[in-house]
Amino acid sequence: MILEGKTGKWEIVIGLEVHAQVVSNAKLFSGSSAAFGAEPNTQVSFVDAAFPGMLPVINGFCVEQAIKTGLGIEATVNEVSIFDRKNYFYADLPQGYQISQYTRPIVSDGRLVLDLPGGKTKTVGITRLHMEQDAGKSIHDQHPAKSYIDLNRSGVCLMEIVSEPELRSPEEAGAYLKKLRAILRYLGTCDGNMEEGSMRCDANVSVRKVGDTAFGTRCEIKNVNSIRYVMQAIEYEAGRQVQLIEDGGKVDQETRLWDVAKGITRPMRSKEHAHDYRYFPDPDLLPLVLDPKDIARIKASMPELPDAKKARFVDQYKLTPYDASVLVAEQEQAAFFEEVAKGRKDPKLAANWVIVELFGALNKLGKDVTDSPVSAKNLAGLLDLIENDTISGRIAKDVFAIMVETGKDAAGIVEEKGLKQVTDTGAIDAAIAKVMAENEAKVAEYRAGKVTLFGWFVGQVMKATGGKANPAKVNEILKAKLAG
Amino acid sequence: MATLTDLTIAGLRDGLRARKFSAVEVADAYIGAMAKNRHLNAFIVETPDLAREQAKVADARLAKGEGRDLEGVPLGIKDLFCTKGVQTTAGSNILKGFVPPYESTVTANLFAAGATMLGKLNLDEFAMGSANITSAFGHVKNPWTRKDGKDLVPGGSSGGSAAAVAARIVAGATGTDTGGSIRQPASFVGIAGLKPTYGRCSRWGIVAFASSLDQAGPMARDVRDTAILLKAMAGHDPKDSTSVPRPVPDYEKALTGDVKGLRFGIPKEYRVDGMPAEIEKLWQQGIEWLKAAGAIPVEISLPHTKYALPTYYIIAPAEASSNLARYDGVRYGLRVPGNSLDEMYENTRAQGFGAEVRRRILIGTYVLSAGYYDAYYLKAQKVRTLIFNDFREAWKQCDVVLTPTAPSAAFAIGDKQDDPIAMYLNDVFTVPVNLAGLPGLSVPAGLSADGLPLGLQLIGKPFDEETLLRVGGVVETAANFTARPGV
Repeated sequence: MILEGKTGKWEIVIGLEVHAQVVSNAKLFSGSSAAFGAEPNTQVSFVDAAFPGMLPVINGFCVEQAIKTGLGIEATVNEVSIFDRKNYFYADLPQGYQISQYTRPIVSDGRLVLDLPGGKTKTVGITRLHMEQDAGKSIHDQHPAKSYIDLNRSGVCLMEIVSEPELRSPEEAGAYLKKLRAILRYLGTCDGNMEEGSMRCDANVSVRKVGDTAFGTRCEIKNVNSIRYVMQAIEYEAGRQVQLIEDGGKVDQETRLWDVAKGITRPMRSKEHAHDYRYFPDPDLLPLVLDPKDIARIKASMPELPDAKKARFVDQYKLTPYDASVLVAEQEQAAFFEEVAKGRKDPKLAANWVIVELFGALNKLGKDVTDSPVSAKNLAGLLDLIENDTISGRIAKDVFAIMVETGKDAAGIVEEKGLKQVTDTGAIDAAIAKVMAENEAKVAEYRAGKVTLFGWFVGQVMKATGGKANPAKVNEILKAKLAG
Repeated sequence: MATLTDLTIAGLRDGLRARKFSAVEVADAYIGAMAKNRHLNAFIVETPDLAREQAKVADARLAKGEGRDLEGVPLGIKDLFCTKGVQTTAGSNILKGFVPPYESTVTANLFAAGATMLGKLNLDEFAMGSANITSAFGHVKNPWTRKDGKDLVPGGSSGGSAAAVAARIVAGATGTDTGGSIRQPASFVGIAGLKPTYGRCSRWGIVAFASSLDQAGPMARDVRDTAILLKAMAGHDPKDSTSVPRPVPDYEKALTGDVKGLRFGIPKEYRVDGMPAEIEKLWQQGIEWLKAAGAIPVEISLPHTKYALPTYYIIAPAEASSNLARYDGVRYGLRVPGNSLDEMYENTRAQGFGAEVRRRILIGTYVLSAGYYDAYYLKAQKVRTLIFNDFREAWKQCDVVLTPTAPSAAFAIGDKQDDPIAMYLNDVFTVPVNLAGLPGLSVPAGLSADGLPLGLQLIGKPFDEETLLRVGGVVETAANFTARPGV
């Protein structure tokens, strides 16, 4: 995306830092539950509350989740990584430091393929993925002078995933987040729920004149809680920076917050602390050394990921790359599609029905495929009826509407409502004869050369058969009869 | 019958098993001794009721012939170990009144072996000190006295443990050793003290000072008793990631008295400038004792010894500055209110921590700061590796290393108090052992001209506490250290 300024064209440079909460029953260094939504301070061990003498012990499952994610972004999984302490004081940080990975992360050098409009793709580098503890939560609005602290989240495992500054538009940033979220969900390593805060995003944004190679000064926009807001925040921030520079000002490197209500970014409250985090290796933890055999085992257990699935859909089902990318965006959607398309002569028909009719209906209902009133089996049954000429495509849409409403299967509805397509030529012959007999004048006009009336005749015959006649057969016989 | 408090742990154990006396009688004898020696200020909290309760349980087991290794043996616990339901302060105002709802692994191990607890022993605040003068609960007095009559320090940081063992107020005690905190006080009061290999005893539930150096260990009247205690204290603990999964040997069995053909190293770099002649003489005496027992002295070199103290005084405060960040007034311990969160932190930590702790937090914060990290902390870690390598080379030539424990005998309370550097020099012989993660044992070996105890230190290979104890036993026998403090 290029911004037109008063002084010329500007390019936006974006890097994203995503904090993804690892799906795990227990926290990163303690056995406490990591579940969301419990009563405050009910999921806190002495380790999480940093009582004297308490020590962290790494949760092996969280490590496996990080490895899996690293493999999912085609990154290098480092056999040796180090946990460091990031030291700062805050009331919701019981230890007075966060255990994180600084110089030697568990995963480095990955990549993500973005699906862009028109079926285009772009590959973006991922600098690193490291594991760290989440802090607790400070609640400032319950008391005029005091703050409340909830430590349920304290110690929950996060993966910080840092992109290269290779994104160039809000749309690319959105596509990056969607793709990353899809991969995390495919892997089951993060639920990707931005509203609940289990996936959080900080965006580093700068601008530079088109053609410049040096980066401009960046601002970091913190904790924006939806993909749409990330895109809006980047767009606003880039515009702000261009205007500031063109008006003779200078961008300050600072942290800014997205103000949802006003649709603007603003500097974070005056920084009281110029943080020096005094990182050093945590002496309570040994270096994390991975066995290549474990990495291989995890690799072998990986599910098919969106890019591979998309390629397979294009290849196996002859879908367009666009349709394929829509279907693979969520694992459940892709699985639904495959169940419908299984063994079908025309998988493209299945893709159309899933993407257009099913997604359209679900969208209206505010549901997704996992709670769809029309099961994959029932949708397949409907398509079977189209493919074996039991019903026409038009009738199928009516049947589908009833399926959405009732959850019943297609064959039952067709039977019950008598919607079976008439392919018996005798019945069609009779209907045609009746229409022609009742409209002799039109027949004459047609035969005199007004062939555009053909469509009208088709309509009349369909009407006479209650829409159930096979349109192809009607066409064929009608053409012959009218020809005399 | 001799006074019960005169028996060693081995003697108590055997007498209890033979039902010559009961655990309750032993507990009562020690409770009496504890009451008589309050002037030493060895305890922060006394737990006589708990000791009696535990003794009753011990007697019940002993009656059934189910006595465990330490059944009915009364111990003092350094107040750095969290003890469930009993105040644990680390000698600091900031933890005054803190009662842990959990038991440290080491004390849990001791109790599981049948030991009883007389109370929580005084120490330097957060184990930071070499004289037990930095405790918020007052200094501990050495039970030994000098001709000039001045009160002496018991050494530190395990000063309460040392004083209590030497004064026979407890049968044995736990200590912790980050730079010499078991061995130096053991030397100052004429008892045995063992710092095990890093990872031998769990650190879980021990208030952390410097995580990569801290190690719990036993302090007792003789080498055999330290062996008995170590067996109960040691072992792998999955709750401490730095604890090592190795079986625990029966250390007492290592005391064979046989050191024939064993090679012991004499590091030339330990002949430091200004070392008193009597220390040098004692060291020489130790060499002669071991030679006489058939061991072979080997001159060795530990070339990076002179960097050990500065290295230690970077790494230990760095880790401490981070470890002590949790004492912030938010969740437990002292809270001094303020008008903002930062003010609350400042008020709490200024009132909660004493001068020495504050000094070390400042040093540690400084050496980890951006722009100084490479020059101090990173460099210190590199030197630490060199010190470790020095010992690794030495093990090619010898099985143990023999040195003095401390460069002096106990000094008077008030001495060196205004000079942190002079105070830090106390640890010159003990600190390299912690930096290298090795086991070290101090054995009482003689008296100074002033009539005060002096110790010899043995340093062992990683996890070779057995050889250390075997050689220590030989030195102990040869030294025949029978002097008693005047109390």
